[in-house]
Amino acid sequence: MNLFADAFAWLFSPDRLTGPHPLPQAIAEHLFYTFVSVAIAAVIALPIGYLIGHTGKGRDVAVAIVGAGRAVPSFGLILLLVLVLGVLHKPAAAITAFVLLAIPSILSGAYTGIEAIDRATLDAGRAMGMTQWQVFRKIEFPLSLPLVMGGLRSAVLQVVATVTLAAYVGLGGLGFYIIQGVPLRRFDQILGGALAVVFLALVLDGLFALLQRMAVPRGVGAGKPHQSGAPRRTNKGVMEQNQDFAVETGT
Amino acid sequence: MLGLTQKSGIALAAFAGAAALALGGCSSSDPLAAPSPTNSSSSASGPIVIGSQAYYSNEIVAEIYAQALEAKGFTVERKFNIGQRDAYIPSLESGEIQLFPEYTGNLLQFYKPDTTATTAADVYAALQTALPAGLEVLDQSTATDQDSYNVTADFAAKYGLTSLSDLSKVDVPLTLGGAPELEDRPYGPTGLKSKYGVDVAFKATGDTTVEDLLAGTVNIANVYSADPRIQTDKLVTLSDPDGLFLASNVVPVVNSKIAGSVADVINAVSAALTPEGLVALNVQSTVDQKSTPDIAKAWLTANGLN
Repeated sequence: MNLFADAFAWLFSPDRLTGPHPLPQAIAEHLFYTFVSVAIAAVIALPIGYLIGHTGKGRDVAVAIVGAGRAVPSFGLILLLVLVLGVLHKPAAAITAFVLLAIPSILSGAYTGIEAIDRATLDAGRAMGMTQWQVFRKIEFPLSLPLVMGGLRSAVLQVVATVTLAAYVGLGGLGFYIIQGVPLRRFDQILGGALAVVFLALVLDGLFALLQRMAVPRGVGAGKPHQSGAPRRTNKGVMEQNQDFAVETGT
Repeated sequence: MLGLTQKSGIALAAFAGAAALALGGCSSSDPLAAPSPTNSSSSASGPIVIGSQAYYSNEIVAEIYAQALEAKGFTVERKFNIGQRDAYIPSLESGEIQLFPEYTGNLLQFYKPDTTATTAADVYAALQTALPAGLEVLDQSTATDQDSYNVTADFAAKYGLTSLSDLSKVDVPLTLGGAPELEDRPYGPTGLKSKYGVDVAFKATGDTTVEDLLAGTVNIANVYSADPRIQTDKLVTLSDPDGLFLASNVVPVVNSKIAGSVADVINAVSAALTPEGLVALNVQSTVDQKSTPDIAKAWLTANGLN
């Protein structure tokens, strides 16, 4: 018995298009919760992050919030919020938990993005008589974009993996296959659901990697290979590889 | 640009390698097979290892077994809060855990998913033949903790509901709430349709099933019959004249090697455990917030078993 073969057979069975939980619908629900949560988190975190980066004030507070936010256990938070808000507001409770999960990455992406800009570039802008708003719009915003996209990218990745928990409170998504499969001992369904989440995460991460590269303003990426943005990305690449090797040796 | 492409190439190769290894590893052996039985872990001289589910009511019964045995001079080791059936059955079969409070119907369904037995006596008899070699059940108690379908008192009064067959009189769409797996259980929506001719939609409400019923997002809820909330939230349990649910009495599952030595002590406990008694034990945990050892101790004292 090959579990992976069973899981793939389950994923690509024509039965996935019919029945009470069709796979396309589960993927749509999963993406819906992911994007709504990340979008709300971006609306909250980007302005705050830009403000912190631009003024340089409140950085310590932001670092503390980011650190604490990353330690919040999503599963407990979802169940707690469902009980606090009531069962009629399950989607709101789940999305709140996912928003809180997404905020730290986006916030740190925004303020580090602006902090990483060469001070001389900003001084040059000011010397040319730019207003604060022009400095932000013409220098800080475009130059911080790669790191901002990086923040969004890791937020999307974390949230798409965590939306699996939405099924625990009856909101569907790909997690449903997993939590229904465990008590029914349907290992093809469990692994199939898990592989679908992995696939979705890889696709979204690839998409955002592309966006991140496109976000580098023309003339910056090629001209300054050792600028603050570039080594960061290299480090991340190495980390990802290490993880892959760890998976390989662990198996 | 070139460096980046190379790096993603390496990452991709690493991923492919990991995937190939994982696939290869799985084809050679079954990772889900039960571990082979070991004789050393179930020697008669060592302590009796008692397990329990990750369910407070089950843990109370396990603690009662433990204290009853301790009172008779046995040494016991507690491995409580293990999780659900899938998680602990392998350890029970291997002899790692030797005594476990179980439920006749649910356990029978685990080994014989297509069983037709529904009454307490039939289920108990079927269970004795269904258990794998090395495991056996002692006497079952009269206490039951089984699936039951419940509606709110208002809903029951409005449509005059007392039994599952009355559900056909209801003229609003019915939605059944319960754990996600209920959807595919024999007693789930398909069973309601075949036994009682009732069409219901299903909603996975999991841990908030009673809250969902009270809030009206579902109008039928699957609640365990020993759940104190049936009383505290004034739910009406619909009777099951055609035997949709399997009777599920509390029953000790025991390793055959120690069955003889513990039978007298545990059977005395099972004889004293009544359905009302089990609900009362659960109330002490959920409403009175007493600790499991205290609840067990008080119950054993009240029944003269320690």
